[in-house]
Amino acid sequence: MAYSGETVEAAIEFVKVSKTFGGRERAHRVLNEVSWTVPKGQTTVIAGGSGQGKSVTLKLILGLLKPDSGQIFVDGQDVVKMGQKQLRQLRTKFGVLFQGAALFDSLTVFENIALPLRERTKLTEEEIRAKIMATLDTLELAGHEEKFPAQLSGGMKKRVGLARALQLEPEIVLFDEPTTGLDPLMTLEIYRLFERMQKQLGYTAVIVSHDIPKVFELADRIVLINKGEADVFAEAGQIIHSDKPHIREFAEKTMGGATALRSIV
Amino acid sequence: MQFFAAMVHCLDCGFSSPTMRQNSVQNTTITGWAKPFFLLGDQCLALLADLGSMGLFLLSAVAGLFRRPFRGRELLRQMRFIGAGSSAVIFFTALTSGMVLGLQGHHTLNKFGAEGMLGSAVALTLVMELGPILTALMVAGRAGSAICAEIGIMRISEQIDALDCMAVDPFRYLISPKLLAAVLTVPLLTAIFDVVGIYGGYLAGVKLMGANAGAYFNSMMVSVTNHEIRLGIVKSFVFALLIVWISAGRGYFVHRIRGAGFGAESVSKVTTQAVVLSSIAVLIFDYLLTAVLL
Repeated sequence: MAYSGETVEAAIEFVKVSKTFGGRERAHRVLNEVSWTVPKGQTTVIAGGSGQGKSVTLKLILGLLKPDSGQIFVDGQDVVKMGQKQLRQLRTKFGVLFQGAALFDSLTVFENIALPLRERTKLTEEEIRAKIMATLDTLELAGHEEKFPAQLSGGMKKRVGLARALQLEPEIVLFDEPTTGLDPLMTLEIYRLFERMQKQLGYTAVIVSHDIPKVFELADRIVLINKGEADVFAEAGQIIHSDKPHIREFAEKTMGGATALRSIV
Repeated sequence: MQFFAAMVHCLDCGFSSPTMRQNSVQNTTITGWAKPFFLLGDQCLALLADLGSMGLFLLSAVAGLFRRPFRGRELLRQMRFIGAGSSAVIFFTALTSGMVLGLQGHHTLNKFGAEGMLGSAVALTLVMELGPILTALMVAGRAGSAICAEIGIMRISEQIDALDCMAVDPFRYLISPKLLAAVLTVPLLTAIFDVVGIYGGYLAGVKLMGANAGAYFNSMMVSVTNHEIRLGIVKSFVFALLIVWISAGRGYFVHRIRGAGFGAESVSKVTTQAVVLSSIAVLIFDYLLTAVLL
């Protein structure tokens, strides 16, 4: 039941990508000739168990890691063949929301969000302030601009991280475990926010998460990474009916089988 | 300089993941007579990789000085932290060191009836040796440890990765202002150390022990020439470079230093390592520079 229909242009494309860690003695192949695409303007969820290569996949997309073999295309350009200068240029297309939000501790909320604008654009301070205040309003963070990250709750940190990631109007936004450490209510709120922002700005979203099955609610496409293989599904319901036993086993363990799935499909 | 940045990136990619560290030689299945050789080879390769990445780190940090936009405000902030922030500790260290030199010098020279040379002995010792070296050790302990901990925490909390992902060069943004601030302020701190130390020697040798004040300053002015002052300044420049290079470099590579552990523990261990290594490097380079420039 794997998804195969291609109707939308690909923003990211993996072609027979392999990645192994460790030496000859203890080689651990996290990705074994995987091929899949991220459609432009849609939300793709990369799911899988711990240590299955989800975060490695994000690092490969950003060019922070190189694969052993295969090609990774972002907007038709092969990331694997790029030098540092080209990679730096490519990364301007991305916004990244890190697992712990990765906010700069010594900077205020305002300075954190202003950093990419000050470093990467020629906007004046007034223009930067206006742009940031508008974003803070949208993300319900108005009034918190002078606080430091240590004074924020987990959910607020994620929203500040998202605000910073969206400042340069990226074409693709990568989310690395965006709801880790949040309570169920906050998780739901963050997912609603992601959905709203994605619809509003129209960026391509790639969400890496082990928050299964809740994260599937956001997905236009699901990439399940398990035991070095990547299987693509159009919806969560297809996973439980996969013809591969290890996928069905994974679905049973993580989603509690068909009963739990029915509640979200 | 893009080449060096690319090399640093390659080294990052190759050795950065915790998985790689877990898969180091301790976990391999090589046994018997081959194991000691394998361990030795493994350690040598790790050391070479570490030295190589530290070398490339320095080049990238220096290259960052010439990239725009220039971070003037951050440079001033770092100068205040490394320079002005260290001035109190430098003042007290210099005063006590100078007073000890005054006492010891007076006691020793008096035996030979050469207490007139006290000013010369105190000034030469301070300008050529104690000034640069004690200033460097104080800055390594105070500012070097803080630099290492700051960069290390930024690394483990993905703040440096965040800079990379925003296409902001972490060397230009983080390391280069610290490097330039240290190179500008440590020689000034050394000059302050020298002046305060000479007055400390005057207080102890002349005011307390009764040596002749005119002889103290006259012998100093005769024996301290531009050559001695230049030697002290060159030393302080090199020491400043070494302190920031080692401290910031250890913090930057905290995630892939063997035996450092993970998280907060790794930052704490690496900070200690940075202070010890930079102090040792300062002492070694002190000898080398003295041997070459004297």
